[in-house]
Amino acid sequence: MRRSILNKATSTVSERTMKIIFLLTACVSIAAVILICIFMFANGVPAMAKIGFTNFLFGMKWKPSLDLYGIFPMIVGSMVVTLGAVILGVPLGICTAVYLARFCSQRIYQLLESGVQLLAGIPSVVYGFFGLTVIVPTIRSLFGGNGTSILAASIVLAIMILPTIITVSESSLRALPSGYFEGSLALGACKERSIFFTELPAAKNGIIAGVILGIGRAVGETMAVIMVAGNQAMLPRSLVKGIRTLTANIVLEMGYAADLHREALIATAVVLFVFVLIINVLFSIAKQRSESK
Amino acid sequence: MKSQKGISIALHTLVTGAAVCTTLIIVGIVLYILCKGIPHLSLNLFKLKYTSENASLFPALINTLTITLITLLITIPIGVGAAIYLAEYAHRGSRLVKIIRITTETLAGIPSIVYGLFGFLFFVTTLHWGYSLIAGCCTLAIMILPVIMRTTEEALLSVSDTYREASFGLGAGKVRTIFKVVLPSAIPGIVAGIVLGMGRIVGETAALIYTAGTVAQIPPSLMGSGRTLSVHLYALWCEGLATGQSYATAVILLLMVFLLNTVSTVLEKTIIHTVTK
Repeated sequence: MRRSILNKATSTVSERTMKIIFLLTACVSIAAVILICIFMFANGVPAMAKIGFTNFLFGMKWKPSLDLYGIFPMIVGSMVVTLGAVILGVPLGICTAVYLARFCSQRIYQLLESGVQLLAGIPSVVYGFFGLTVIVPTIRSLFGGNGTSILAASIVLAIMILPTIITVSESSLRALPSGYFEGSLALGACKERSIFFTELPAAKNGIIAGVILGIGRAVGETMAVIMVAGNQAMLPRSLVKGIRTLTANIVLEMGYAADLHREALIATAVVLFVFVLIINVLFSIAKQRSESK
Repeated sequence: MKSQKGISIALHTLVTGAAVCTTLIIVGIVLYILCKGIPHLSLNLFKLKYTSENASLFPALINTLTITLITLLITIPIGVGAAIYLAEYAHRGSRLVKIIRITTETLAGIPSIVYGLFGFLFFVTTLHWGYSLIAGCCTLAIMILPVIMRTTEEALLSVSDTYREASFGLGAGKVRTIFKVVLPSAIPGIVAGIVLGMGRIVGETAALIYTAGTVAQIPPSLMGSGRTLSVHLYALWCEGLATGQSYATAVILLLMVFLLNTVSTVLEKTIIHTVTK
């Protein structure tokens, strides 16, 4: 009798300690986010203040040797390559998702789906390397110049965001109740028309969430972009000329930067971080809207 | 009626065309890298010491394995513990749970270069670890935490409540139920998530350049700097000399990712199998 009471006492103690341990591990993610915010902002914001907020964000010239730290060309660069990736990748991704969700046989589905998963897993340096050895020379021979360009970066990024867009769009199409499709068929529309004009609009919010997720990937992508974008810190002049993104700026110069130059690079990362946070918020709004439907 | 048919054919062609295009991209990339890289795979690449002549990828391979292992050792207990809390203890909709979900989603969205800079500022500079494998591991551990948490939680939630009730009915406590009943049945799902995380570690570059550094040798201890295969590929590009070896490195990376993907998919199928059973 006494032993069982003792057992029970120790077991409630261990129950409690384990619960606390689990709770603590769950809080690690909170601690990590707070730490990351503190370190990025504490190191980046003073530099922004020193350079001047507008000089930093809207400055046209990035010349660390002359103490000129304007990242506007890089902000535009990130936006342009992301936009290019979206223009090239989103239609292709959505159409492939429609094919996967509604048109293909089980066998083809399995093959294509594992292909898409493989695409999602390929490391970004390998994409960069592929872009460098295939896409860049092609652009060089077609348009002249040295090939490393906005176009090359957009193509590589489009391939990289393809898996995200395909998987999210496909699952939001599959999550639709069959009523949309059947109702449209009953009204006399053909299969393709039903899918494109009733199912796709109904799955809109989910697909938009996927696109936003893809945009987040593209903005944050570093290695592949460095290898194919040319990295000139200038405003875009043409599609086949080079450009530098925010991410590239950090990796290229962090190795040898010191003092204000280094802090300016960290401040660049802060800007990137804020962009990504905004994209994240947009994503969760889109996701909530698609789920509440 | 006729225009209906026209639209139908046009849309069908569009969709099939897109699928063909995607397939071509996938097959194209994989075949190109394999064809270019396999002829360059030679024994020279697997020399224990890296020199600029042989551009051996063996040290990088070992570093990749070490970093993967240590990162997993750090992140699995935290990730699985957090998932257990979310799935088994937390009240749905409580404020803490909401905050945890928001922060994990934030972590999942942060670009790897920002992780790299954070690791550089915190582990390398503030904690004075210098460029070291362990700094890289800690950075990566935070980075893949959301992956482990999400997949583990899904796996735990997919375990039927009858298991838990039966275990409680037999007199087991909550902790015991979790460790003896729920976790073992969720193992395939958890491992699938871990393998997914491994894929991300193997492919990571930007977060490692300024934390683990780019030294091309096997460091004597975890406090030494060393490059992984992905960083190796990037460093080879920077030097711009060893193109053949770059292709070969890309092949090894591709094979590792392919292997990890396959394992993860097979495991996921096992869960679906056991759950539907």
